[in-house]
Amino acid sequence: MKRILAFFLVLFLAAPALAQNGPLRITITDGVIEPITFAVPNFEAESPQAQQVASDLSRLVVQDLAGTGLFREVPATAFISQVSSFAQPIAFADWRTINAQALITGAVTVSGNQLVVKFRLYDVFSGQELGGGLQFAGTTDGWRRMGHKVADAVYSRITGEGGYFDSRVVFVSESGPKDNRLKRLAIMDYDGANVQFLTDSSSIVLAPRFSPNGDRVLYTSFESGFPRINVLNVANVGRQQLTTAQGEMAFSPRFSRDGRSVIYSLSNGGNTDIYRTEFGSGQHVRLTSAPSIETAPSLSPDGSQIVFESDRSGTQQLYIMSANGGEARRISFGEGRYGTPVWSPRGDLVAFTKQNAGRFHIGVMRTDGSEERLLTSSFLDEGPTWSPNGRVIMFSRETQGAGGTSAMYSVDISGRNLKAVPIQGGASDPSWGPLQP
Amino acid sequence: MNMFKKLAVVLLVLATAACTNPDRFGGGAGGAGGAGGAGADGLAGSASDPASPQFFNQTIGDRVLFAVDQSTITDQGKTILDGQAQWLMTNADYRAVIEGHADEQGTREYNLALGFRRANAVREYLVSRGVPASRLEVTSFGKERPIEVCSNETCYAQNRRAVTVLSFSAITS
Repeated sequence: MKRILAFFLVLFLAAPALAQNGPLRITITDGVIEPITFAVPNFEAESPQAQQVASDLSRLVVQDLAGTGLFREVPATAFISQVSSFAQPIAFADWRTINAQALITGAVTVSGNQLVVKFRLYDVFSGQELGGGLQFAGTTDGWRRMGHKVADAVYSRITGEGGYFDSRVVFVSESGPKDNRLKRLAIMDYDGANVQFLTDSSSIVLAPRFSPNGDRVLYTSFESGFPRINVLNVANVGRQQLTTAQGEMAFSPRFSRDGRSVIYSLSNGGNTDIYRTEFGSGQHVRLTSAPSIETAPSLSPDGSQIVFESDRSGTQQLYIMSANGGEARRISFGEGRYGTPVWSPRGDLVAFTKQNAGRFHIGVMRTDGSEERLLTSSFLDEGPTWSPNGRVIMFSRETQGAGGTSAMYSVDISGRNLKAVPIQGGASDPSWGPLQP
Repeated sequence: MNMFKKLAVVLLVLATAACTNPDRFGGGAGGAGGAGGAGADGLAGSASDPASPQFFNQTIGDRVLFAVDQSTITDQGKTILDGQAQWLMTNADYRAVIEGHADEQGTREYNLALGFRRANAVREYLVSRGVPASRLEVTSFGKERPIEVCSNETCYAQNRRAVTVLSFSAITS
C-alpha cells in the first residue's frame, strides 16, 4: 500500500515536469502566460560578514522576479537539497522533483565595504547552465543594485529582452490636504526603495522627466508663481531655469533623445503650442502653430517624430508630427478623450491617458492608432511612463473625494500584474529612468 | 479660520524646510503659495470701504466661474468683471495676477493649458473694459489648487474659476 502511494506521488510530481520539458524560455506575448517556476537557495556567504547581505540579496532577486508575474517562486520549504556551496555540482533531480524550472545559485563576498556577488542560472529540466556565471562588484550600501542586476540578468536570459530592475524613478511626493497639497520632487528605486527628496515643498512641482541617461530631470516649478521649466542635476541637485519671457508660461517638458534640447509647451496669450529649445541657446523654436491647446509632446526613440495631444478637433486627441513640426496626423479615433501620449522605448506603441464616460484609463495603441488596448480603469488614472524595456507602465492613480490621495501603480502592457508601488505617503507623476550602467 | 489654516501651512513648510539640508536646496523661493484666490491678504481696509481690496474680493467678487472645458465668460461673469474693471481703474495703485484653475477631471498638462485660457479670457475682458494690460498678469494652476475638495459637480463648478488676485504696488507699469 505504501509502495503504491509512493508510486502515485512520483507520477503526480512528474506530470507537470514532462509538460515543461522545453527550453527555459518565456515569450512575453498577449496570450496567457504560465509563470516559470524558479528556486533561489540563499546565496552562499563566502565571508562571515556576508551572511546578512547574502540572505537579503537572495530575497531581493526573488522579489524582483516574482514581482513581474512572469515567474513564480518555489519556496525554500519545498527544497529537497540545499546548495551549500556555489562550486558544488547541482543535484538536478532534486529540483525537478519539486518542479523548479529555473535554479539560481549565488555567492557573496564582503571585505570592508566592498561587495562581490556571483551567480549562476540553471535550466533544471535540461540539466544545463543558461549563460555563463556572472559577477558584480560594488559597495555594501549598494547591495540592492547588485541584487537587481542579478535579477535583470536572469530576466534577460529567460525572456530574451532587456531587464528593468536596476533602474530609478523620479516622481512627485505628495502630502497635505487636497486643497493645499505640498509637492516635492523625489527619486526612488523602481520598487519603491531608497526614496530621496530632490526639492523642498515650498512651491508646487509637477511632472518630472528623466533625461535619456538619467543624469538630469526636467520638471515644472511654480517657484515664481508662474509655471516655469527647471532642469535639475540628479547628482548634486543643482537647478537651472529655462529662460522664459515674462507673460509666458512653460510646462510639460521632455528631453530630446540626445539630451541636448527640451521639447515642451509654451503658453502665450492663452494659447498653448509646442516648442523646442536647445540647452544654452535660449532660442525657442516653435513646432506647432494653432489656436488650440497643443501639449504633452513625446519623441519617438529615433528622435524623428513627436506624438502630442491637441484639442484642435474640439476634444483632446493624439497626433503625430515630424520632430521639426509641420503637418500632424491624428492617431486616436476611439470614444472619449486622449491625453499624455508617451512613445515606448521600443518604438512600437504609444501609451496614453484616456477619459471616457466618467472614468480614466491607461492604455496603449500602435503608432498608427490601431490595436488600442485599455490596461486600467479607475476614478482617475493618468500620466503613463515606460519601463526601460517597454514591457511595464507606471502611472498615477488618484482616489476620489475630499480625502482623495495619489499613489503610483505599475501594470504590464498586457494589462496584467497591476500593483501599487509600495512607498509611504502620496505620490504622483512617475518618470521611469534608464537601466543603470 | 482661513488665516489660521494658512499659518499652519506656513509652519508646516518651515518645519519641512528645517528638516532638509539647506545646502541641497539653496534659498527656497516663497510667494508662490497665493493660489486659491485667498485674495490680497494683509492688505488694509474693510469690505465696506469701496477702495479696499476686501470690497473688491467680497462685494464685487474676485472670481468668475466657467462651464466644463470652457473659457467663455458667462453673463454673470461679465457683471463681476465689469465691477472689477471699474475698481481697478479707480484704484490705479493696484496690480493683479489672474489665476486660472480647472476641476480635477482632466489630465495635468491639459488643465494647466485650460487654466491659461480662462485667465487670459478674463484678462482680455478687463483690458477691453479699459484696464491697462500692463497691470494684469496671468498664470494657471491647472487642477493643482482646488478650493472645494469633493468629487462631484457642486465642487467642480466652484473649482473651474479664474481669480483676480490684487497686489498693492508702487511698481510703475
